[in-house]
Amino acid sequence: MPHVFSTCGAEHARRIGIELVEQLRNGESDLMNSLDLARWQFAITTVYHFIFVPITIGLGFMVAGLQTAWYRNGNLKYLRATKFFGKLFLINFAIGVVTGIVQEFQFGMNWSSYSRFVGDIFGAPLAMEGLLAFFLESTFLGLWIFGWDRLPKKLHLASIWLASFGTLLSAYFILAANAWMQHPVGYILNETKGRAELTNIVKVLTQNTALATFTHTIAFAAFTSAAFMAGISALLIVRRKDIEMSRVTLKLGLIVTIISFVGVGVTGDINARIMTEQQPMKMAAAEALYSTTDSAPFSLLTVGSLDGSRSVFQIGLPSMLSFMSTGDFNGVVEGVNDLQAQYETQYGPGDYTPNIPLAYWSFRLMIGFGALGLLFALIALWQMRKGGLPSGRWFKPAMLSLPFLPLLANSFGWIFTETARQPWAVFGLIRTSDGVSQVVSAGAVLFTMIVFTILYGALAVIEFGLIRRVIHLGPLDEVDYADPQLGGSDSKQLVASY
Amino acid sequence: MTFQTVWFLLIAVLWIGYFVLEGFDFGVGMLLPTVSKNEADRRAVLTTLGPVWDGNEVWLLVAGGATFAAFPEWYATLFSGFYLPLFLILVALIVRGVAFEYRSKYGKAQWRQRWDIAIVISSALPALLWGVAFANIVRGVPLEKASSGSIEYVGGFFNLLNPYALLGGVVTLSVFYTHGAVFLALKTAGTIRERANSIALKAGLVAAVAAVAFLVWTNLMLAEVNSTVLILSVTVALLWVAGLAMNLKGREGWAFIFSAGTIATFVSTLFFALYPRVMPSSLGSQFDLTITNASSTDYTLKVMTVVAVVMTPLVLLYQGWTYWVFRKRVSASQIVNPERGILDELSHTLHL
Repeated sequence: MPHVFSTCGAEHARRIGIELVEQLRNGESDLMNSLDLARWQFAITTVYHFIFVPITIGLGFMVAGLQTAWYRNGNLKYLRATKFFGKLFLINFAIGVVTGIVQEFQFGMNWSSYSRFVGDIFGAPLAMEGLLAFFLESTFLGLWIFGWDRLPKKLHLASIWLASFGTLLSAYFILAANAWMQHPVGYILNETKGRAELTNIVKVLTQNTALATFTHTIAFAAFTSAAFMAGISALLIVRRKDIEMSRVTLKLGLIVTIISFVGVGVTGDINARIMTEQQPMKMAAAEALYSTTDSAPFSLLTVGSLDGSRSVFQIGLPSMLSFMSTGDFNGVVEGVNDLQAQYETQYGPGDYTPNIPLAYWSFRLMIGFGALGLLFALIALWQMRKGGLPSGRWFKPAMLSLPFLPLLANSFGWIFTETARQPWAVFGLIRTSDGVSQVVSAGAVLFTMIVFTILYGALAVIEFGLIRRVIHLGPLDEVDYADPQLGGSDSKQLVASY
Repeated sequence: MTFQTVWFLLIAVLWIGYFVLEGFDFGVGMLLPTVSKNEADRRAVLTTLGPVWDGNEVWLLVAGGATFAAFPEWYATLFSGFYLPLFLILVALIVRGVAFEYRSKYGKAQWRQRWDIAIVISSALPALLWGVAFANIVRGVPLEKASSGSIEYVGGFFNLLNPYALLGGVVTLSVFYTHGAVFLALKTAGTIRERANSIALKAGLVAAVAAVAFLVWTNLMLAEVNSTVLILSVTVALLWVAGLAMNLKGREGWAFIFSAGTIATFVSTLFFALYPRVMPSSLGSQFDLTITNASSTDYTLKVMTVVAVVMTPLVLLYQGWTYWVFRKRVSASQIVNPERGILDELSHTLHL
């Protein structure tokens, strides 16, 4: 193992060396710095934003489901669950919203050359996201939070469903935009204007890359939020708080965790095939597969040579990679070196190889953290099979880690998807290095990056403290959650206030 | 009318929506300590914004997204050029949103005081900076054709801090402050309402002076007399005076309608002063960004027009309905246990 890391280190050092030489040769060292910094800023703000996004998408629907159960059968344990997880949902949603604004502004601020090149196409789904999704989720969430005593029960219930539907729409549009970066369709290149222009919006919104990414991300969002619900319910059980409710939400969380992981697997498989076809270099990087191979094995451990151009040692599952990426155990999978040569002919001289150790490990960590979450959920659900509660020394630490495992899997999944597309911002069309703002200095990017990082760090600490506090207090007593006077009451006191 | 003109107008509408709606959010945020005597007052003031502030802010996101989609060159040049002011606005909006959501969760006095300070600053800063930014756009900033062929901002941060732009900032700051007071007078009861009413009048007079000075300057700055801009400028002044008169007569609903109308007309004035340019250059009109050289293709604009025509009325309908649902005045006496938050121990009888 140590050898693996030293190899990566040497490889990384080599790349930095080459970059430095290139910068000096081109006299562009400031620009190169602002490029690296802008990439780091994008990585930090996006990975951070995406901690909150999947929890919001999934938890919204789960809270809506719980409220529907209460609406249907009037059992107060569902109302307590709605209010308890609703509280966690809102604490989480707040940070998701405010960090989302940065995402939209960042394209223009740090990536203005990219924005000029893709705006004709990329801007459309972003504007649609605002008009169709953001208005829906923000307005109906406001109605849900403050509408307990203002709206008829049915309308109040509809509000949380509509808000959740808004989050889903939002995911769809932004993922369609991202899918276009992975696999551009429905466009022509306008040479005189030096930009890509939209010719078919339907293709952009319905191409298989978009649909596969969307379903995979949504399945993962369900997985993430269900693990969140299960982990927190388990902590309530450990602390003997409202066992009646916690048992229900634990079971619900565990079942959804397991079912959604099946969805993650199926959609992941579809994604892998689409990726192999559309971005073979990404698949080769994920597998550190240097030479084109048939019956390619799925690598469990690969150790690369010092110059990173070939592997010296591999343990793998025979023919598994061929099956994963082509659906045939004897299928041919293209290797990094062959693709590099092919791209040089196609796009001109240059380095078309992404950071292979990063791609290799992030791909495995994505799968590994997800699978570990599934394992914990399976064991806990198995222990609950005869109406009992899970127990044992493993339970508390496993359940404490359960909410974090999908978050780590998500982050590594996106790190993989985005870094293994490099050097391209839009595959085959524009390089990341050509997308950065020309007029923004490295110092400005560095400054904003530092402030965002500190601010985001502080918000994470605050949010974490609030969530711990919610768990510590647990769901309130039944008297406190006695059926609020719903249906436009004229009572003087407000049920919800800031 | 070309699709470019349609989208220029639509983006103006989005900014009008944003400034009319989040304008009073900013004002209420700035007024929080001034109109409140105690914790119950502060909770009541914040509750007037609770159900709506997030939806109001979406107007900004849609304005940004629409600019990206319809005028990518404008979006790219503006956002990379006005880098630091936009960054400050972003930081303020982040802090502000979190402050609204988290502030009353805990009862601890220190926790709440800190968030209150954050709310005041993070409401005032964007209220000021939006004015500075828009005044700069109207005035013209150093734009030049870069080697890449695109028109880029070549000034620095301090280029943006010229007297005209700063006056623009004072206008938005004081107008939003007044607008917030007018909104609070309409949405609260009791002492908060009385205080808000008297503040609205005083602040409104200050804002009137700043706005008139700014509009006169704007008209003088234009190369030739633009009658539309002139008429709109006069309308701004008349609407504002009408709003203050209604405030004086205690007609709070009309005062709000007039102050919203003033902001809408003010934003229209700026957009008409620009048209057909979207970002004039101070280095020569050959470097101006216009609705023609900054725009997307007709196909993209057509697609977006269909989406906007279908969705905008729907959005207005349900957002308007929210305001109807929460139309009742909020008074401090309605707040249950104002000192307590839902995350305090023994916080019985408190709800989500």
